[in-house]
Amino acid sequence: MIEERFDAIVVGAGMGGNAAALTMAERGLKVLQLERGEYSGSKNVQGAILYADMLEELIPNFREDAPLERHLVEQRFWIVDERSHTGIHYRSDDFNEEKPNRYTIIRAQFDKWFSQKVREAGATVLCETTVTELLQDSHGRVVGVRTDRDGGEIHADVVVLAEGVNGVLGTGAGLRGRPKPDKVALAVKEMHFLSRETIDARFNLKGDEGLVIEAAGTISRGMTGMGFIYSNKECISLGIGCLVADFQRTGETPYGLLEGFKRHPSVAPLIEGSEVKEYSAHLIPEGGYKAIPQLCGEGWVVVGDAAQLNNAIHREGSNLAMTSGRIAAEAICLIKSRNDPMTAKNLSLYKKLLNDSFVIKDLKKYKDMPALMHTHSQNFFLTYPQLFSKAMQDYVRVDGTPKLEKEKLMLSSFIKARSWSGLFSDALRIARAWR
Amino acid sequence: MPSEPSRRVEDKLFYNRYLVDSGRAHIKVRPHTTPSSRLLSMLKACPARCYELSDKGHVEVTVDGCIECGTCRVICEESGDIEWSYPRGGYGVLFKFG
Repeated sequence: MIEERFDAIVVGAGMGGNAAALTMAERGLKVLQLERGEYSGSKNVQGAILYADMLEELIPNFREDAPLERHLVEQRFWIVDERSHTGIHYRSDDFNEEKPNRYTIIRAQFDKWFSQKVREAGATVLCETTVTELLQDSHGRVVGVRTDRDGGEIHADVVVLAEGVNGVLGTGAGLRGRPKPDKVALAVKEMHFLSRETIDARFNLKGDEGLVIEAAGTISRGMTGMGFIYSNKECISLGIGCLVADFQRTGETPYGLLEGFKRHPSVAPLIEGSEVKEYSAHLIPEGGYKAIPQLCGEGWVVVGDAAQLNNAIHREGSNLAMTSGRIAAEAICLIKSRNDPMTAKNLSLYKKLLNDSFVIKDLKKYKDMPALMHTHSQNFFLTYPQLFSKAMQDYVRVDGTPKLEKEKLMLSSFIKARSWSGLFSDALRIARAWR
Repeated sequence: MPSEPSRRVEDKLFYNRYLVDSGRAHIKVRPHTTPSSRLLSMLKACPARCYELSDKGHVEVTVDGCIECGTCRVICEESGDIEWSYPRGGYGVLFKFG
């Protein structure tokens, strides 16, 4: 048993846990961070894109030594059918700025760096340690954790649960339910290595410029899902994710979808000749605002993916994790500075501060979006992409058909597939959910 | 639509590094005579193809290639079809990139 008592124990060393541990250690709290991986980052999987603003709040000069890959200058959204893609591309030289806004990163490397900052701030970081349960007193108050190390009981005033999407401690202690199959997506990813010059040429990049492609359509075979391609310095992160409930229902395989995406004629040339060096999988919280569990209680708070804080519409998660970790830590520091106990009532300050931040405001804005996307997946991910592709091809192909006739055919193909009322209600539903 | 040959998954897992905790599987399937539809769905849904159907028609799990995503936990834990926990500290998949 570790006799020492800590002001705070942070479970997990991902974005949320590191943000929380750093913030508390910098303000003089005695912090212990526990991580089950060989090092901080070795179990962490993300696309990954880093949002500079939220990291700047924690480490203002991070650009000096953080392992960043490329800053993003271009975003491509693709709607795909079997043989084509229709794209909206946005590229701006404005993104070649002194302090770029978004970067691609490789999580295992980035998190190792982040963890070093946490140690430098004075926190004790213990790796290769899996927390097996929360210690609760007779009143149900969380008073510490038990680990898989010999006699591994450790006590603290407060436990920050940054245990990720699969957090077993919170569910084990009855603080929240397990994620449901229709509230999480399973994403699989491969790391494709190519020379820097090849990546620059294929994606029209120079220097440290980077690009993101996000693709939706027939690649998810009617399921709610999305494919992604991120350019790193010398490799491409390529993956695809769909709702777990959809995999369960359809019997599609994750690796089958990944292979299909890689073979798509718009994708295959981008990765041709690459050497794959890793295959990973990860769950992504997709339930949005309505899936957020209780955020704090007697002696505990929960942050990041463990609290389902993920904006599926904008594909933002790590920044919500960092921000919720930081805000939880700030609330704890404030309570500590008043010499107040870590009760549910006092810790609800975290919830209040989070409600005032972009984290909850953004999730609230899209609270109806998950239900819309998840219940009409055939229309949004199969029927419409096919209709769009056909319409685009008819539009650009010059074959002697009078234009007026083409337009009529295009319109009638949409009506035939979805009917007037279907088209109208789809449009209305999207507008409402987006509002 | 049929999926691609599943033997490709083993090739994918070959890229990864693991520290296998011999004799301490972190996922266990509840003994059964007939597998539930949830267990059967894992034959396809597991991204590392850890779940297989035995000759006797039982669903079995081999966790050596597990990439710790939690998909089976989400589908099968609540009903008691499986017991799910994380590997002991330091064991399991060791991502170089993540």
